[in-house]
Amino acid sequence: MIQINGVTKRFGNFTAVNDVTLEVRTGEFLTLLGPSGCGKTTLLRILSGFEHPTEGAILIDGEDVTDLAPYRRNVNQVFQSYALFPHMTVRENIGFGLRMKKVADDETRRRVADVVKLVALEGFEERYPHQLSGGQRQRVALARAIVPRPTVLLLDEPLSALDAKLRVQMQFELKRLQKHLGITFVFVTHDQEEALTMSDRIAVFNKGRLEQLGAAGEIYHHPKTAFVADFIGEANLLDAEMISRNGVTGCVRVEGGLELTISLDQWPAEMTRAIVTVRPEKVFISKHPIAAENVFEAHITEEVFQGAIDRLGIQCVTGTTQLTALVANESSLQEAFHQGDRIWCGLHADDLVVVRREE
Amino acid sequence: MQATNVTNATNAATELPTTATNHARRPKLFGWLLIAPMVLWLALFVVAPLIILLVYSFCQRDDLGRIVYQFTWENYARIFDFENPIYLRTLWLSILYAGITTALCIAIGYPVAWFIARQRETVRNRLLMLVMIPFWTSFLIRTYAWITILSHNGLLNGFLEAAKIIPGPLEMMYTPFAVVIGLLYAYLPFMILPIYGSAEKVDDSLVDAAHDLGAGPFRAFSDVIIPLTWPGISAGILLVFVPAIGMFAITELMGGGRQPMIGNVIQNQFLKARNWPFGAALGIIFTLLFILAYAFVQYRASKQNHNQ
Repeated sequence: MIQINGVTKRFGNFTAVNDVTLEVRTGEFLTLLGPSGCGKTTLLRILSGFEHPTEGAILIDGEDVTDLAPYRRNVNQVFQSYALFPHMTVRENIGFGLRMKKVADDETRRRVADVVKLVALEGFEERYPHQLSGGQRQRVALARAIVPRPTVLLLDEPLSALDAKLRVQMQFELKRLQKHLGITFVFVTHDQEEALTMSDRIAVFNKGRLEQLGAAGEIYHHPKTAFVADFIGEANLLDAEMISRNGVTGCVRVEGGLELTISLDQWPAEMTRAIVTVRPEKVFISKHPIAAENVFEAHITEEVFQGAIDRLGIQCVTGTTQLTALVANESSLQEAFHQGDRIWCGLHADDLVVVRREE
Repeated sequence: MQATNVTNATNAATELPTTATNHARRPKLFGWLLIAPMVLWLALFVVAPLIILLVYSFCQRDDLGRIVYQFTWENYARIFDFENPIYLRTLWLSILYAGITTALCIAIGYPVAWFIARQRETVRNRLLMLVMIPFWTSFLIRTYAWITILSHNGLLNGFLEAAKIIPGPLEMMYTPFAVVIGLLYAYLPFMILPIYGSAEKVDDSLVDAAHDLGAGPFRAFSDVIIPLTWPGISAGILLVFVPAIGMFAITELMGGGRQPMIGNVIQNQFLKARNWPFGAALGIIFTLLFILAYAFVQYRASKQNHNQ
């Protein structure tokens, strides 16, 4: 278990990591997700020991490692650029960590051979890094980092240099490897899809702060802030004002004049304004009237073909409220929607997630 | 009609590679033209003099110092006279001094080069400038400056005495110490610059990776940084060790000629003793040493390059 206790890192006037407290559970795949410059890489470098936090402490299995040099921590990292030693063969690269730890020669040979098999690099042991493809280098970097059996493996956007197909393949391979080894993975990425695919839990960062921590589904379906709603997947963010409360439900008016019914348990009594978010795939549309709450008439103002799905721009008939909807590129048996169509649009109260406005 | 078209097409196809080769060959010829002046220069001023030197080294001289074109081993026999090995001893001393100088240059120059290479670009350029500025002053003036520092009543003695570190002036000028200081000062930039060139290319993440995998500062240095900067180190060794063996101005000015180096001996044979054939023989031996040193470093470098 890794405990990050109130860690802050400042570079001059710039606060890269701002009072982050976080617990990484043993054996889990935790992703630090955020846009570039959000502090996720700095936090990773603090975990590996390359940066010293300005404030706070890092505990690994209860031991305070804040002041421990990187080479004294039982933590290994897969670098974004792989950082393979160009003057060493694949075998020497992978064996480097064991050699530094003075592991006996025959054990080193055995463990290197095992891990080479694990990452499917048999036959490449005597090659030099420049003789390998990007995907192979990536696997060497991975093998080199797992062979010393670290308590936690840190991965700094290790897939960002790969092309799209290989990347998806490696995502699954990494996940499989992590399950197989049972090592705690802390994975840094700015790619929300990658995060959703691979992680047990995701920690979303913005401007050095931890915005939300939770399982992939939780983060996606119940974002706590507008930033998380917007950053993970896509979201319609609507500025909303409470106009009337009625028992368990309330009526809000969103920007553009549309009035929606929402459940009040998301909306604290003292709050008058908030942001209502809804995922574009949860915007239901039909050519026929629907008997439900939150149904309104609208026009399709924009249609963008995206392969399996269509992205539609929707404008309410009354008022100026605009929404984005994603619809599957339907089978010919179903209704088709095109630009200019007049439709009925429905939002289920359960799909409307209320988040606080950022002050 | 159609058949002709096909033949034409085939002809065009077979002709195409010829044009391609011509095209590929053109820059080659142009390249030779470009380096022709350099080749000519080398032939006239390096190869030809070396051949003359080689011929002279097997000649004799008359009493007036003129070359007598009669074959003899005498000059070489005099160098390799193991009964009275004064020249071999001089050569050995020169190599020793050059070796000490080279070792000191690496010891002092490496950290400097590494430090400069790890700075931000603007700082880096300024520091490099500082390394190079001494070149703008005449070599002799710089050497004389050292004489004023190291001499009996010089700056260093004055300072040490004033600070009460030593009771009386130290005898530093005209000692091996002064010679090594002079050589070190003259050749240090030639060590710093090539090492800097290599060090600058070492990716920070490689050093991080070494630490991450459990290498302490020493292991990271010996197992990662040194191998990656070896091209710079070997270039520095060539640029310092080889010229330092033959240096005669510093040994004369700062060593006071008390302990002549091989460079001084050769200079004397040509200018004072007027024994050109013997000087030439020394020169040839010396050149062979250069070639050996160069070959050794190249061999190591090629082994390294092969791996990268």
